[in-house]
Amino acid sequence: MGLLAMLLEGEWYDFGDLAEQIEDWGAPDEAAYVLATLVATVVILLWAVLSVLAFIWIERRVVALMQNRKGPNRVGPAGLLQPVADALKLLMKEAITTAGADRILFWAAPIIIFVPTLAIFAIFPWGENMVLADLNVGVLFLLAIAGINTPAVFLAGWSSNNKYALLGSMRTIAMLISYEIIQVLALLAPVLFVSSMRMADIVSWQEDYVWIVLIQPLGLLAYIIAGAVEMNRSPADNAEAESEIVAGYHTEYGGIKFGFFYQGEYLAGFAIAAAVVTLYFGGWTLFGLEEWIPGWSIFLGKLYTIFFIYIWSRGTLPRLRIDQLMGFAWKFLLPLTIANVLIVGAEVLIWRENELSSWEALPAIAVVNLALGVVLFAGWARFLGHGKGTQAASGAILTQEIGTVHFKPAVGTEAGS
Amino acid sequence: MDETGVVIAFWVLAIMTIGSALGVVGARNIIHAVVFLVASFLGLAGLYVTLSADFIAVAQMLIYVGAISILLLFAIVLTPQENRNNSEGFLRLPALALALLVGAVMIFAAVDTEWAIADRDGFEETASAIGDALLDKYALPFEIASVLLLVAVIGSIVLVRPEPMEEDE
Amino acid sequence: MSVDLEHYLIVSGLLFSIGLYVTLAKQSFIGVLIGIEMMFNAVNLSFISFARFVESGDPISGHVFVVFTITVSAAEAATALALAVLLYRVKGTVEVERMDLLKW
Repeated sequence: MGLLAMLLEGEWYDFGDLAEQIEDWGAPDEAAYVLATLVATVVILLWAVLSVLAFIWIERRVVALMQNRKGPNRVGPAGLLQPVADALKLLMKEAITTAGADRILFWAAPIIIFVPTLAIFAIFPWGENMVLADLNVGVLFLLAIAGINTPAVFLAGWSSNNKYALLGSMRTIAMLISYEIIQVLALLAPVLFVSSMRMADIVSWQEDYVWIVLIQPLGLLAYIIAGAVEMNRSPADNAEAESEIVAGYHTEYGGIKFGFFYQGEYLAGFAIAAAVVTLYFGGWTLFGLEEWIPGWSIFLGKLYTIFFIYIWSRGTLPRLRIDQLMGFAWKFLLPLTIANVLIVGAEVLIWRENELSSWEALPAIAVVNLALGVVLFAGWARFLGHGKGTQAASGAILTQEIGTVHFKPAVGTEAGS
Repeated sequence: MDETGVVIAFWVLAIMTIGSALGVVGARNIIHAVVFLVASFLGLAGLYVTLSADFIAVAQMLIYVGAISILLLFAIVLTPQENRNNSEGFLRLPALALALLVGAVMIFAAVDTEWAIADRDGFEETASAIGDALLDKYALPFEIASVLLLVAVIGSIVLVRPEPMEEDE
Repeated sequence: MSVDLEHYLIVSGLLFSIGLYVTLAKQSFIGVLIGIEMMFNAVNLSFISFARFVESGDPISGHVFVVFTITVSAAEAATALALAVLLYRVKGTVEVERMDLLKW
């Protein structure tokens, strides 16, 4: 109980401190470290899995609210036991292996997709000294784990012995590799500011200076969009929408194997939200509030807020077509993120070469980046032809008025002939 | 390096790597061979971590597991044949003899030579040192490598471009 | 019980010889490429282990060389697999024994 009191009060234990505590209770040196790591891993994984369970309910209710209907409200009080019902249903369903499918790969593909996503949670700093794996290349590790998904998705699609699953997995892989490049470039910008890839260093830089979201709006936007696509979430869930290609690469998966995919998606969502919070929104710091509240609760609050943005976009935005998605990545986001890296590099160079103090440099950088971000975003969109005035509503060909509503024919089209 | 953790990690990862490499040889199906290859890539990434080469380990995962394996799998899918069995050709016995010979020579050279072992611990952080070297001492190979990648990508696209269709109207 | 340079070099040598066997003996062009990638990886492992263990004025050069090797291997894999697809279009197969246009 002493440990619990310390955790809640104000002295945050490093996982190394946890090892020392266990050693005080009489365990040999290396075993103490292994035990501490095990305890930390179990706590993080329990949190991840319980959050997934909670968010199944929260997401469905929130999306239902946005769509002006009630969500699940049958199972348990206000539908709170819905995730439990979902989990039980998935566990009790027969997990069929299709005839002609490659048995070992079919069985292994959900596991290969699910397990690396759990590994991402090790690198985030949950509190002041609470990092499970303080990697020097934390940001790159995040991207590498996102990259491990691609062959696993292919194996899931190919081992199902189903042409539609294979096609769906090809489309998903095309989406994933396009947005992986954008993720890498978007995450380069905070690394350029901090000149370190360690997550703890990035958080302490943000504690000293300013949250990176204020000086990097374009990078944040690019990373949030790329993250949504990496998670196969609406508006980019082309690969698994029922009206598109049955269910893409997990068509043939039923029962708990589908449960793995389902849970893996939510876990990937939490991982990307955690990355956004750590890299752009300051991690566990909140302008000094972390003296009184546990740092990890601030982190979790911010994480859930960012995940809410994803739920919000799911409830609001329509699904994009696959060619619209790919065009968006290669034609729009990629030049923007490259320009972003160039601009950030130039700014950091000017800052360091002239040895400006942070009080004069950072507001200038913030204003310049915000202005350039808005200009580049809107200007490039206008250049590609997606501006405001270029898509006039084309008139209905058969009838030109419905009731008292008149449609103006589009300029240049021949209406009604 | 004689900490228990590193020794255990090395043996587990080395057995995983060599076992997956033998799996590439003995797999029945070329997609299984690629899966075993990906497993050996992951084992190698782990071995790089035990050698305190953190940047290279993560780069190996990112490039080899994330991209080159997808290239191999796509090439297999785009070249369909009736049988995709991972069989050996008629050169298997000479190849086996040559491979055993080369392996024996390498292992003999590795064990027998007196290497000048340095008295230092592992690197603290390799990413910044690699970055410094790439932009300072090895700047020219860096630029040439980027041109090489550009040429390779353009070449691959030009090679597999479908023939232009006849315009109908 | 410790792990030294020789252990890593033995792993690298074994991996290289297995890769050599796969390159020379497999019947499919893609099998040959798998073997070549394995050989690249074995060489990378030996560079990194030399950079870690051996006395040197500039130990990070091993890592830099591996960065370049990975880059070149990725470029070469892309080009070779494009060639594989093109070969399939021309010949209808990717078996190595059928590529016999230069035979007398």
